[in-house]
Amino acid sequence: MTFLLDLASWTLLCAGGFFCIVGGIGLVRMPDFYTRMHAASVVETLGAGLILLGLMLQAGFTLVAAKLLMIGLLIFFASPAASHALARAALLRGLAPRLAEREDASSKP
Amino acid sequence: MFAAAGLALLATLLLALVRAALGPSVFDRLQAANTIGTCAMLLLAVLGFLGGRPEFLDLALVYGLLNVIGVIAVLKFFRQGDLGDPGDGPGDADAGGAEGKARR
Repeated sequence: MTFLLDLASWTLLCAGGFFCIVGGIGLVRMPDFYTRMHAASVVETLGAGLILLGLMLQAGFTLVAAKLLMIGLLIFFASPAASHALARAALLRGLAPRLAEREDASSKP
Repeated sequence: MFAAAGLALLATLLLALVRAALGPSVFDRLQAANTIGTCAMLLLAVLGFLGGRPEFLDLALVYGLLNVIGVIAVLKFFRQGDLGDPGDGPGDADAGGAEGKARR
């Protein structure tokens, strides 16, 4: 039983780390601010959720798991609000999203 | 296994730092700062498990709260447009305009 828990926790932690790295690579390589924000949201939803779930499996039914749940709820509610405020501020500041019809075939990166 | 997750989080921190260093606009840097805050919070939680000291989770909670408040405060500052930007102030059109007009 404890082996199964360890296996599940290890899988969740590794998957969370993988999604975090994917989000980080997307944050560097994406061409536009809004697409970069899309890549960064992978870190805040899937990466954070999987890593916290893996840690919660290690903790069991203790106070540590409750604190991990609080951290998860904090990320769950606060990070969409921060992303929304960021995108709205960028739009109001006049940062235009990069659209498909604006680029022609010769200027593709 | 905690070390693997910690190393992945450190790599993500490094990538976000690269984006913060070469981000063309200030919003890219803010997005990178937000990602760095989230990653640091997760890294604190993982480090607590790695060292067998679950008190680190309290530090992670406080760090997350400060990170969110910091990002939203900086964004409010940018939406009011008080950074010596000449000419057009943003945010006349819609919500949040009441505060903006009151401050301007």
